[in-house]
Amino acid sequence: MSTSLVEAHRLTKRFGDFVAVDAIDFAISPGEAFGFLGPNGAGKTSTMKMIAAVSPLSDGTLTVLGMDPARDGPTIRSRLGVVPQEDNLDMELTVTENLYIYGRYFDLPRTVIRDRIEELLDFAQLTDKRDARVESLSGGMKRRLTIARGLVNDPELLLLDEPTTGLDPQARHALWDRLYRLKQRGVTLIITTHYMDEAEQLCDRLVVMDRGRIVAEGSPRQLIERYSTPEVVELRFRPDVPAGDEARYAGMAQRVEVLPDRVLLYTGDTDTTVAKVETMEDLLDSFLVRRATLEDVFLHLTGRRLVE
Amino acid sequence: MSTPLSLRVFEGEARVYRRVWRGSVVTSFLNPILYLLAMGVGLGTLVDRNAPGGLEGISYLAFLAPGLLAATAMQTGAGEGAWKVMAGFKWRQTYQAILATPVSIESLVYGHLLWSAARVLLVSVVFAVVMAAFGVTPLGPALLAVGPALLVGVATVAPVTAYTARLEHDTGLSNLFRFGIVPMFLFSGTFFPVSQLPGFLQPVANAVPLYHAVALSRWIALGITPRVAPAVSVLYLAAWIVVGSVLAVVAFRRRLVR
Repeated sequence: MSTSLVEAHRLTKRFGDFVAVDAIDFAISPGEAFGFLGPNGAGKTSTMKMIAAVSPLSDGTLTVLGMDPARDGPTIRSRLGVVPQEDNLDMELTVTENLYIYGRYFDLPRTVIRDRIEELLDFAQLTDKRDARVESLSGGMKRRLTIARGLVNDPELLLLDEPTTGLDPQARHALWDRLYRLKQRGVTLIITTHYMDEAEQLCDRLVVMDRGRIVAEGSPRQLIERYSTPEVVELRFRPDVPAGDEARYAGMAQRVEVLPDRVLLYTGDTDTTVAKVETMEDLLDSFLVRRATLEDVFLHLTGRRLVE
Repeated sequence: MSTPLSLRVFEGEARVYRRVWRGSVVTSFLNPILYLLAMGVGLGTLVDRNAPGGLEGISYLAFLAPGLLAATAMQTGAGEGAWKVMAGFKWRQTYQAILATPVSIESLVYGHLLWSAARVLLVSVVFAVVMAAFGVTPLGPALLAVGPALLVGVATVAPVTAYTARLEHDTGLSNLFRFGIVPMFLFSGTFFPVSQLPGFLQPVANAVPLYHAVALSRWIALGITPRVAPAVSVLYLAAWIVVGSVLAVVAFRRRLVR
């Protein structure tokens, strides 16, 4: 019918009166790294659970690997890898035992699992920790093990729900590197995140979600071009100086966002804007020029910030 | 389709058990030894002295041991259905992880019940060996008495699993033991005949699955004829297993499929 791995039409999830996912449409192609970007509560995890064939749809249609999750749940799940938001590893077992048990839930033969464990330990850089109890691992190691566990059945599609939330910067970069390798191997990745840098690093294409709806779709670059200027001038005022309203900045930039702690000037002509900012320098604590990010896109589309 | 994957769930539980089996086996031996020494031999000497000819014509130790076998099986089943299940949902969240695989809700529940049955079997066999070592009955009948123990263990773990699956907090588990398991343990004919209870409580005791398992156990181990026909008792225990299992599947689905 189509070449999409996952295809949703008017996909909806309701919990009682609350609409978590509100009639969204999207299609994900093989080999793609596809992202759902949005703040907490945007409906990303609910969408992910429906794709993972563990949560029934309330309305709309969803096809995963060409199948219907309601009818072919076990078959779909046998070909997916899932990395949940919170590590739900078996803390009492060792690294290897966790991988082994999980492989058995996919009914894989013992010998196949044993071979695969070696590859996965290597991939997750946990070979030295193979016989360590999961309890004793660092947060980054646990996350890598959870990802390795999600790969035990050699899935065509890997679902990652907030893969680096709660990790320190070093562990995040190590993890991104692993995910990048998977992508190169041709594994399709679906990622939810509320970190714009993560979405920019990993996703070929993404949808921006807010309150259950998709508000924009495209590659990170396309979205920034469409909804923001290439550069942003950020102003921070002295504590005793009020930032004022947008009218104060008229003529300084194409668009202005006044936030509680700073003012953002979206400009196509950075030099001119900076020159104008310098005239008010004695009121400022500091200012800086930076590239526009997906955070700016989100702010523009929703009037709110990604991470509160 | 659901049968082979429930075996995988069983295998997973067995793997976790390998970490703790040493301590668990020691407890399985120590418990019956301590109980039979304290209650059977210690208290029993007093009982036998004051009731010449003993209870129903046997020593108190002999009266107690087969009943305690069934009661211990019930307790083991309750523990597997309570703490293990709460851990799967809340503390370890292993159930959520398992459901992301091809394992279905039914396979998950049946695998858990199957494993619990194995735990009950292990504890009961150890108890039977200790019971025979105390000279209560030869090893053969003692091992046969494991049958009703296994039945009551599973007849307990199934409904307790269903109950736990509906709990958000473990305070509900303390209440289950306080107002359910412990009273049943004490008043279902294990330590004294149900005929000693006040008249209005006797029908209540008769409705408790453990009462039937204790009667079956004494019948098999000592040849004491039960008041209820053995076939009826077996069917009654089987009904608890069937209904409990169905309720457990329903409760798991309600909890996990959202």
